[in-house]
Amino acid sequence: MVSLSPKKLPQPMPVPEPAERGQSLWSDAWRRLRKNHLAVAGGIFVVTLFLLCFIGPFFSQRYEVQNLDLGASPPSDAHWLGTDTLGRDLLARLLYGGQISLSVGLIATVVALAIGVTYGAMAGFSGGKTDIVMMRIVDIMYALPFTIFVILLMVFFGRNIFLLFFAIGAVEWLTMARIVRGQVLSVKRMEFIEAARTLGFGRCRIIFRHIIPNILGPVIVYTTLTIPSVMLLEAFLSFLGLGVQPPMSSLGVLIKNGADSMEEYWWLLVFPGAIFSLTLFSLNFLGDGLRDALDVRTSKD
Amino acid sequence: MFRFIGRRFLQTIPVMLIIITGTFFMQRFVPGGPFTAEKAVTPEVLHNLEAYYHLNDPLWKQYMDYVWDLCPKRFHPLALVNGLDFKAAFGIDFRPSFKYPNRTVNEIIADKLPVSLELGGWSLLVALGLGLPLGILAAVKRNTWIDYLCSSFAMTGICIPNFVLGPLLVLAFAIHTGWFEASGWYSPIDRVLPCLTLGSFYAGYIARLTRGGMIEVLHQDFIRTARAKGASEARIIFHHALRAGLLPVVSFLGPAAAGILTGSFVIETIFQIPGLGREFVNSALNRDYTMVLGTVILYAGLIVTLNLVVDVVQVWLNPRLKFE
Repeated sequence: MVSLSPKKLPQPMPVPEPAERGQSLWSDAWRRLRKNHLAVAGGIFVVTLFLLCFIGPFFSQRYEVQNLDLGASPPSDAHWLGTDTLGRDLLARLLYGGQISLSVGLIATVVALAIGVTYGAMAGFSGGKTDIVMMRIVDIMYALPFTIFVILLMVFFGRNIFLLFFAIGAVEWLTMARIVRGQVLSVKRMEFIEAARTLGFGRCRIIFRHIIPNILGPVIVYTTLTIPSVMLLEAFLSFLGLGVQPPMSSLGVLIKNGADSMEEYWWLLVFPGAIFSLTLFSLNFLGDGLRDALDVRTSKD
Repeated sequence: MFRFIGRRFLQTIPVMLIIITGTFFMQRFVPGGPFTAEKAVTPEVLHNLEAYYHLNDPLWKQYMDYVWDLCPKRFHPLALVNGLDFKAAFGIDFRPSFKYPNRTVNEIIADKLPVSLELGGWSLLVALGLGLPLGILAAVKRNTWIDYLCSSFAMTGICIPNFVLGPLLVLAFAIHTGWFEASGWYSPIDRVLPCLTLGSFYAGYIARLTRGGMIEVLHQDFIRTARAKGASEARIIFHHALRAGLLPVVSFLGPAAAGILTGSFVIETIFQIPGLGREFVNSALNRDYTMVLGTVILYAGLIVTLNLVVDVVQVWLNPRLKFE
């Protein structure tokens, strides 16, 4: 360290070695998560799928190349998962569709996260009347049949993929806001917040620098659980023909196409359905594992 | 208690108003209308149509008129029994449909809603009938193979979405084995596949909630007291623990009912069921203003009412929550 003052500073006392090395919340949680095999398997599957979907298309066949002479063909050496009715390679379409589905899942979750965390933190931190009014608004919005509104939005405003992100994100932030508010309420009475306030820090700084890092645990858990429900909503819309539009495809679109032609071509339904279900499985197990790992209440074992 | 119900009921009024207003104006501010995509209509016909549906009035007047038509003006709930006639029962008039000019939305709803309600009702029964026993079993036999079996069954139900499960069930049990019809809604046996498909997610979720709730309750002191007093295991589970253990399930029933109602959109499409869900999606695509509004309001009303019921049941089950 460079000392700015010309005077010689007193040497710092040597820090005694701690008798027992304490473990931070995060390393503790990581240790517990690793013991949960299902969660680890889920995590590995998600990461693998992610890499495959975003890197795989560079190596696989083009997803939009049609081969009408071939038509729908069952899995073979040339096309590992078969081809669809237009002779397009199903594996390539799956990878590309997975890319869209995962992106929708991630981006819409980030939208929900941003709105939910900011709103919840504001409400919890302000307290009093502001809090009551803000949470009452959330209560009212909870009662709205949002899936119906998303359907209406998609029908009326064209099936634009950016609108899809926004619409889904706007639906999913409510629970996040509630969770964050509850956490903020419990954290904001603690001494270090008092100390930050005494030091004269502004509201924003206290909320974003001091409170939010301390409530990250539940937020991360809930985020992991939001991604599958977002992906589910996207696939639901795509299945109704209201989500991602051709020539783009998502897993929901592929499942829809597969369901339409499953009587003759089972592989068109089974592979997309299996990949989608496995993704939901993995994300749910990962989320559950994270919750168990980060939940301080059950961490006594 | 009546004050609690009354206050909760008053809270639903702004919710319904927001829904009506939002849907009404959202429809009107988007390009295109019910008559644009149709086969070309002459200007005179168009003018007459617009006059018939009062589309030439100022928007605020159309809105006020519509809201007035929706206001309940009488209260004869018994009239609902024969034919779901909302006009006879409450004086709620959803107006004529744009797409089928000689039918009113009330008639279409009376025609299609029973099908959707039947689908939803059976699915909810499937969900409770499978989910509760599985969850209780898993909690009682915690960390044994029975628990793992039940829990993985529940997780499977949660993670296989209904639009995957439905076609797969059709493929396996209708096309390959021929036990059921692939689509249609005629005989009682046609109910099996759609209701299983729709109910499976909620069965899984309810099983998980029940397991969690029961495990938490079974750890509490009053259960130990009951055990110490020599109560039988069955009595402990069903008499002492179940009431508190079911609380998470009860509070989930509101969202579950809403989810089952909207989930039926997909199920009705897969199994070609002539229900209100499919009608709603089609009417949105056709810009059938009154039909969209009518179905949205109906669904919202159902969901809001169910949430109200769930709140009351929740407080009734849990004496610690007072009717405040």
